[in-house]
Amino acid sequence: MREFDYVRATDTARASVEGQGAETRFIAGGTNLLDLMKLEVMAPSKLVDISRLPLDRIEEADGGLRIGATVTNSDLAADPRIRASYPVLSRALLAGASGQLRNKATTGGNLLQRTRCPYFYDTDTPCNKRSPGEGCAAMGGETRNHAVLGTSETCIALHPSDMAVAMRALDAKVEVQGAGGETNSFAMEEFYLLPSDTPHIETILESGDLITGVHLPAPRGDRQVYRKVRDRASYAFALVSTAAVVKMEDGRIADAAVAFGGLGTMPWRDPEVDAALTGEAPSRALFDKAADLLLREAEVTDGTAFKLPLARRVLRAVLEEATA
Amino acid sequence: MQIDLTINQKSYSLELDSRVTLLDAIREHVGLTGSKKGCDHGQCGACTVLVNGRRINACLSLAAMHDGDEITTVEGLSDGELSPLQAAFIKEDGFQCGYCTPGQLCSATGMLQEISEGWPSHVSDSLDGPYELSEAELSERMSGNLCRCSCYPGINAAIRSVGEKA
Ligand SMILES: Cc1cc2nc3c(=O)[nH]c(=O)nc-3n(C[C@H](O)[C@H](O)[C@H](O)COP(=O)(O)OP(=O)(O)OC[C@H]3O[C@@H](n4cnc5c(N)ncnc54)[C@H](O)[C@@H]3O)c2cc1C
Ligand code: FES
Ligand code: FES
Repeated sequence: MREFDYVRATDTARASVEGQGAETRFIAGGTNLLDLMKLEVMAPSKLVDISRLPLDRIEEADGGLRIGATVTNSDLAADPRIRASYPVLSRALLAGASGQLRNKATTGGNLLQRTRCPYFYDTDTPCNKRSPGEGCAAMGGETRNHAVLGTSETCIALHPSDMAVAMRALDAKVEVQGAGGETNSFAMEEFYLLPSDTPHIETILESGDLITGVHLPAPRGDRQVYRKVRDRASYAFALVSTAAVVKMEDGRIADAAVAFGGLGTMPWRDPEVDAALTGEAPSRALFDKAADLLLREAEVTDGTAFKLPLARRVLRAVLEEATA
Repeated sequence: MQIDLTINQKSYSLELDSRVTLLDAIREHVGLTGSKKGCDHGQCGACTVLVNGRRINACLSLAAMHDGDEITTVEGLSDGELSPLQAAFIKEDGFQCGYCTPGQLCSATGMLQEISEGWPSHVSDSLDGPYELSEAELSERMSGNLCRCSCYPGINAAIRSVGEKA
């Protein structure tokens, strides 16, 4: 690990000032950042520890809930209000990592966790995300854990979060405090950026920008399902996952929000998929049509080709459960 | 930098490089070598300790982040006599080489507390507790602790024998 200065933030407003600088990073749980720093994939010269800022609360706000950025993944999954009204979020969190890691991992850190692409981790291989312009060893390499949607010529790295997939289906907004002290909210599709030719820039965050929380609006549907398929039964990242938030009326789908993990370079959601389901009676043909729409622009490699039939089956199973 | 740690109810004032992980501080600087380093990347659970009663991987945390926290390592689980879990691991043959055992013990201690607080798991049918320590719940909740000797039958029997009494 490279040397760094350690500063503990004691004031939320000041943290964004302390957090400025291209080589400065916030540390919350540390479960992703320290992993990457040990391998020198990331080498910040200053860490601002935000783990003791008073951002560890879940409060009612605007008809929904506001989750502080340092609420741990465990506390969020177990919160009675989340379990009752946003079960898809509890389920997604519980499907991720391990008991120990969830006790440390935070809401903000989970959103910003970096890809698990093995070439991003291996500093002896080229990676445009780690070192822009170097090339991409995943192209023509081992790609079982890579993305098929939102990819570019320079990068096919997957966004690995489970939590963020559920949040995308729940229309969550990310609250960001800028270096000047102002706070803005961003929908997930604004917050994350596609790789295009700058895969090292993953979100709209700029130097000093601190995630202070995530806002969940009132849930749009009471039928919520999260399904994750992985190489072993526990403690593994998703090959494919799907979060669905559905409202049924008179046997028809009155509202549908479906998001996907294991497929996209960012937590994925496609408005055309939601629109195709809305107003329709559930049927196998409808679910297949939704899968066709979802995968219409998928780009596969030899390693990721299996994800297309798998995604179809997971989507069908999730929609069957959510509309039953 | 100066870092004050409270480990097993004893205070230690240490002069450490900012890079020192909580695990290395405990093992190399305080000299409590019960906690083990398996992978150093959050993947095996050998380094599990309790911080303010909750289990975490000490390898993925900085010592500097734990100033003032109550840290419990395997050495702090027993007070002269073995804890019920430690005794059960011996009775049920919950180890072979023993390398994963300190992490298993700390993790199981934290896990039993989580169950008693009604936390759900990935395999729970309902998100409304309470939960019993079935074989499926136990395997899921302990999946962050790997045993290279694959002593899972003994480990699970030991934890369940204590969990059922709790
Ligand atoms: C073995 C293992 C298995 C895992 N399995 C899964 C899995 O199955 N599913 C899954 O979803 N995840 C999994 N994870 C990843 C885990 O969820 C993340 O490591 C964790 O959520 C990161 O949170 P943290 O608070 O520890 O982040 P940190 O490591 O502290 O930070 C991560 C990044 O976010 C930045 N950051 C943190 N908080 C803020 C903030 N408030 N504002 C601005 N920037 C911030 C940091 O600067 C850093 O760049 C796994 C991790 C490990 C080690
Ligand atoms: S040494 Fe910490 S999890 Fe393996
Ligand atoms: S007893 Fe040998 S690793 Fe578990």
